[in-house]
Amino acid sequence: MSILVIAEHDNQHIKSATLNAVTAAKQIGGDIDIVVLGGDCAAAAAEAAKIDGVARVRVIDAAHYKDQLAENAAIILAQMAGTYTHVLVAATAFGKNLGPRVAALLDVAQVSDIVAVKSPDTFVRPIYAGNALATVQSSDPVKLVTVRTAAFDAAPTGGGSAVVENAPQGPDLGVSKLVSRELAVSARPELGNARVVVSGGRALGSADAFHAVVEPLADKLGAAIGASRAAVDAGYVPNDAQVGQTGKAVAPELYIAIGISGAIQHLAGMTESKVIVAINKDPDAPIFQVANYGLVGDLFELVPQLTASL
Amino acid sequence: MKILVPVKRVVDFNVKVRVKADGTGVDLANVKMAMNPFDEIAVEEAVRLREGGLASEVIAVSCGVTAAQDTLRTAMAVGADRAVLVETDAELQPLAVAKLLRAVAEREGVQLVVLGKQAIDDDANQTGQMLSALLGWPQATFASKVVVGDNKVTVTREIDGGLETIELSLPAVVTVDLRLNEPRFASLPNIMKAKKKPLDTLKAEELGVDVAPRLKTLSVAEPPKRAGGVILANVAELVSRLRDEAKVI
Ligand SMILES: Cc1cc2nc3c(=O)[nH]c(=O)nc-3n(C[C@H](O)[C@H](O)[C@H](O)COP(=O)(O)OP(=O)(O)OC[C@H]3O[C@@H](n4cnc5c(N)ncnc54)[C@H](O)[C@@H]3O)c2cc1C
Repeated sequence: MSILVIAEHDNQHIKSATLNAVTAAKQIGGDIDIVVLGGDCAAAAAEAAKIDGVARVRVIDAAHYKDQLAENAAIILAQMAGTYTHVLVAATAFGKNLGPRVAALLDVAQVSDIVAVKSPDTFVRPIYAGNALATVQSSDPVKLVTVRTAAFDAAPTGGGSAVVENAPQGPDLGVSKLVSRELAVSARPELGNARVVVSGGRALGSADAFHAVVEPLADKLGAAIGASRAAVDAGYVPNDAQVGQTGKAVAPELYIAIGISGAIQHLAGMTESKVIVAINKDPDAPIFQVANYGLVGDLFELVPQLTASL
Repeated sequence: MKILVPVKRVVDFNVKVRVKADGTGVDLANVKMAMNPFDEIAVEEAVRLREGGLASEVIAVSCGVTAAQDTLRTAMAVGADRAVLVETDAELQPLAVAKLLRAVAEREGVQLVVLGKQAIDDDANQTGQMLSALLGWPQATFASKVVVGDNKVTVTREIDGGLETIELSLPAVVTVDLRLNEPRFASLPNIMKAKKKPLDTLKAEELGVDVAPRLKTLSVAEPPKRAGGVILANVAELVSRLRDEAKVI
């Protein structure tokens, strides 16, 4: 077996989601190559070479890959992918955008968002907002798989010494271009791999209250900030803080849900957390059915008390 | 410019589905069905583009069983002009749907396809990207803003860490995210009117597409249940449990 992992990176650094995909690749077994496609991406390629268990880093470096838009990327990745038995990418916004496009060019199915590897051709993935787990088998010559990062540990990095080599470029199709990116800079850990996540819901009532109540607790715990869809829709926090079926799936050691009812779509993204704490004034809120520890009461009193006692 | 809006009939988002006892799938007997919520947002966006004079016609399309006609009527009740059902009882996976949609997009000569980023049943998040690859068109996934210009479309996308705006040449495929718009409700008069709008039915075979599934579902199981927790009396007790029992702080 030979596996190609598509690296997620910003031309400088490898994103940690890539490390989770490498772990899934190791569970499949076989030689693991990583492809780093970008523009002026030598630094990212050098980082990729240090990931444990990687044989080769294949670099596709050209100006028309700098922004990593799907059209140019997919066409060359599909060409490269043909010689592998598996192509893996993390099921992040990047991987979800790119993976199916590569799969279609190869005329193969994609196995989305796997949470377990059963055998080289059989994988487990959640369906219906995590209400069911399907075990699916692929008969395609190339198995294109996206990996739920929260379900696989990050592969260790630092010890590897993969060969770094250039690979051929593809054409610049000229059909899409980047206009702008607005990326929030935050000192907090990334939501996808934080040890502790503090999430707020509709009950916060305003962006100001979210900042005043949720953030100090997150600061104390060194936690990432998450949210329910209702809190994101209301503009209390940025879109990428949404935890759930159609947002991010997280599995931290500690997840604190504040003023979140626990709709099935929210639970889909957080029930794999090791310890769940719920703070809600409604003792019948469904969130308590998945919480290890619950506090029933007004979040505006309880959360500041909790922050103060840490 | 014609816009194609693929819509899927799925289990209503409020339904808590149950796994069948024999582990072959989920129990869909007598379960409420509805249009995939992301597709409602897609229809709304397309209709707004037509209302704004940027599109000439909005065509809804669904691939699947006869009952998907209801979903198409719903799309027409909120403003789609006409509908196409690609009828089949076969199990359809995203690659097959993308191939069927490519055939419809080409037949209808559309310039833009707008569809949901994901269906809430199989949660695959693939069809739009596959369709644009097959058509050889550019794609903008997870859209939170769509601006149609001269021979181009500018789309703001929800990505990890924030937002990204990209410009695509037309024809193109856009998949929509939750924050793009708030879909309108169908009024009673519009529901009545939708019954008279044209709905064409094609057989999947007529489109010459091989829809055979590529993935075989070996089993479907319930996820492991979390053990029940405890309600604590106060914050002090929570802190001590987190420290001494769970050892997570
Ligand atoms: C297609 C689709 C996709 C979706 N995807 C997602 C997703 O990915 N993630 C997601 O989260 N949701 C998602 N949803 C939305 C989901 O169905 C719920 O609407 C949402 O999760 C509710 O958010 P909430 O818990 O913050 O709000 P509510 O359900 O309104 O809950 C607020 C809670 O706060 C409590 N409360 C109120 N005041 C206080 C107070 N002072 N102190 C303590 N507690 C208080 C209430 O008791 C209540 O339980 C999706 C929905 C659809 C249709």
